Amino acid sequence: DTLGIGRLALPEEIAAWDVAVMPDGRGLPEGRGNVLDGEDYWIEQCAVCHGDFAEGAGAWPPIVGGRGSLTDERPLKTIESYWPYLSTVWDYINRSMPFGAAQTLETDEVYAITAYILYSAGLVDDDFELSHENFTEIRLPNEGGFYLDDRAEVEFPEFAQEPCMSDCRDPVEISARATDIDVTPEFPVIRFTYSDGSAPASAAEVVEEAEEASAQPDAAPEEEAVQLAALDPELVAAGEAAWRQCRTCHQLGDGARNSTGPALNGIVGREAAHSDGFRYSPAFTDAAESGLVWTEETLDAFLENPAGLIPRNRMSFRGVRSEDERAALIAYMMSHSN
Amino acid sequence: SPDPLITEVQPYASFLGEGVDATPYGMPIHYEDHVVRRNVEWLTADPISSINFTPIHALDGTITPQGCAFERHHSGAIEMSKDEYRLMITGLVERPLVFTFGDLLRLPRVTRVHFCECAANSGMEWGGAQLNGAQFTHGMIHNMEYTGVTLRTLLNEAGVKPEGSWIYVEGHDASSNGRSIPMEKALDDCMIAFNANGEALRMEHGYPVRLVVPGWEGNLWVKWLRRIGVHDGPMESREETSKYTDLMPDGRARKWTWAMHAKSVVTSPSPQMPIGHGPGPMVITGLAWSGLGKIARVDVSLDGGVNWQTARLGTEPGDKAVTRFYLDHEWDGQPMYVQSRAIDETGYVQPTKEQLRAIRGLNSIYHNNGIQTWYVNENGEAENVEVS
Repeated sequence: DTLGIGRLALPEEIAAWDVAVMPDGRGLPEGRGNVLDGEDYWIEQCAVCHGDFAEGAGAWPPIVGGRGSLTDERPLKTIESYWPYLSTVWDYINRSMPFGAAQTLETDEVYAITAYILYSAGLVDDDFELSHENFTEIRLPNEGGFYLDDRAEVEFPEFAQEPCMSDCRDPVEISARATDIDVTPEFPVIRFTYSDGSAPASAAEVVEEAEEASAQPDAAPEEEAVQLAALDPELVAAGEAAWRQCRTCHQLGDGARNSTGPALNGIVGREAAHSDGFRYSPAFTDAAESGLVWTEETLDAFLENPAGLIPRNRMSFRGVRSEDERAALIAYMMSHSN
Repeated sequence: SPDPLITEVQPYASFLGEGVDATPYGMPIHYEDHVVRRNVEWLTADPISSINFTPIHALDGTITPQGCAFERHHSGAIEMSKDEYRLMITGLVERPLVFTFGDLLRLPRVTRVHFCECAANSGMEWGGAQLNGAQFTHGMIHNMEYTGVTLRTLLNEAGVKPEGSWIYVEGHDASSNGRSIPMEKALDDCMIAFNANGEALRMEHGYPVRLVVPGWEGNLWVKWLRRIGVHDGPMESREETSKYTDLMPDGRARKWTWAMHAKSVVTSPSPQMPIGHGPGPMVITGLAWSGLGKIARVDVSLDGGVNWQTARLGTEPGDKAVTRFYLDHEWDGQPMYVQSRAIDETGYVQPTKEQLRAIRGLNSIYHNNGIQTWYVNENGEAENVEVS
């Protein structure tokens, strides 16, 4: 018995969404890609987070290495050392990578990037081509490293005992304290007033502390206020809305830090590749050395076609077609001048 | 001396307050501004693929308000309208189907309370006491009343073929966060939810539709649910192989450790919620839950596990839902080692961290349900410690 709610899914709709791949290769689309092409795609699309050789960059995960480390004090879990199935690699790249531009890779690019990872892991030679035909011949080293949840057999018999209620153990001593490690973010302590006078702090202090914790940095210096006044507020507002597509990788404003891309405070008027501590691609460093400065004009050209102005740079972004949108984005960036 | 708050006329007793509609959708009064989700920045590479923590130390009862219920995103919280929403059921079914949001509202509806706990809750504590506050050690949990449609109802509309033994669920967001779930669980108690605590889901919890997988790890509760595939095996996706598998001391890893086992924590006193008064009556309170069913009992120890007393359950225990417990205590002003221990209806007793480490080592990351200790000093200040 059914209620007959919903409608039949069309074949094109199923094809668009049902892209999952199983370990036995079912679901893989036809296609192929080799290690050398994969290396090019890798440098363009992946290296900014995962390193030129898939070794990882910053806090982003390494992709290869770590074989034999799973019993170490600090195991390194990568595709090479830990992942059981190659289908998982292909599927994840295909549907979720690159971070901030998912579902933009072509099928052959996914095969090629997967081939490059296999090469970086030392699992294939540099002349290897991966395709839907030879896909299941490749097995990852740790395929046999998993077993089904056995907590019910191994743990329950020990844990599910009638619990002791008194004199269960010797008096305790502190063996470790979180305050010794000191990695907890600051937080306000909640305190109240008591009518017996035993209150060490008044309720007002709580609010004060809480407000301090969320307080904004000091107001912008005068210089910035002058420049802000010269910007069209409507344009800045439109730029803020358009910024949504940039914020996956770039931070702007108070406390902006380098993340996937460099922090962009004060970018307008600065030489290219200016953000301290950010690992720019060679293409970007070269452009900066040949004197590229971010003016409204150069930024406009870059935003329109990132790979056109600086070929082989690592910003995996298609560009902004609309001239108005680019102007708005630039105005928004100018509104964050320091 | 007389209290001026009583003897003097206060502004709020004389002047007028705000009228109706001052805040068409109300926020907590600003005195509660400190009751917010908090993030531990160093845990992840980027706040878009990250997690924050429910301020459990500052809440009471069992229901978590949506606005401070922890968030976990893999590619950020996306904005999608109910009109844009589509849900597809494909694979080994008689009729592959597409539902709009409106369609879903025409199907028989259920309302149920369940907890959602991240498998990594307390995961930073495997190596020893690390984060100082119940919010940070145990705040990857929320407990809400969900309204929606059971997967049994939805799958029945599509007609599962006999060989369909697993479902694979995916989200609309860029990570899609696909997970495989055995058909038995799907048909048992899973549901899709569009409301939580009476109102529409918040964006950060998967508006307009998320999956609810009672008692099982939060990663399975796919947000912005886009597709339910019916298959004859698990997909072995990134989230169920490279993540959410538990590395054991011998270098092999447990997989499909879906259920969250019985766990509890004292939320007050705790580092963010010290005892502010001197000796005398006080309330010790906390939360208990089990992914295997109902909480049967909670014991509290004030001496680090030497002696225990059974706490009072403040609410009727629900199936795979959070239960509140209270211990009405006369504090003598001496230091305490406060612990709680949950026991569920299957007889499972929340283990100590030592018991867990003896079996699982220090690198399994997920499913740390060991007993928590707060050391409370004579000033009433509380600290996350481990005892031996």
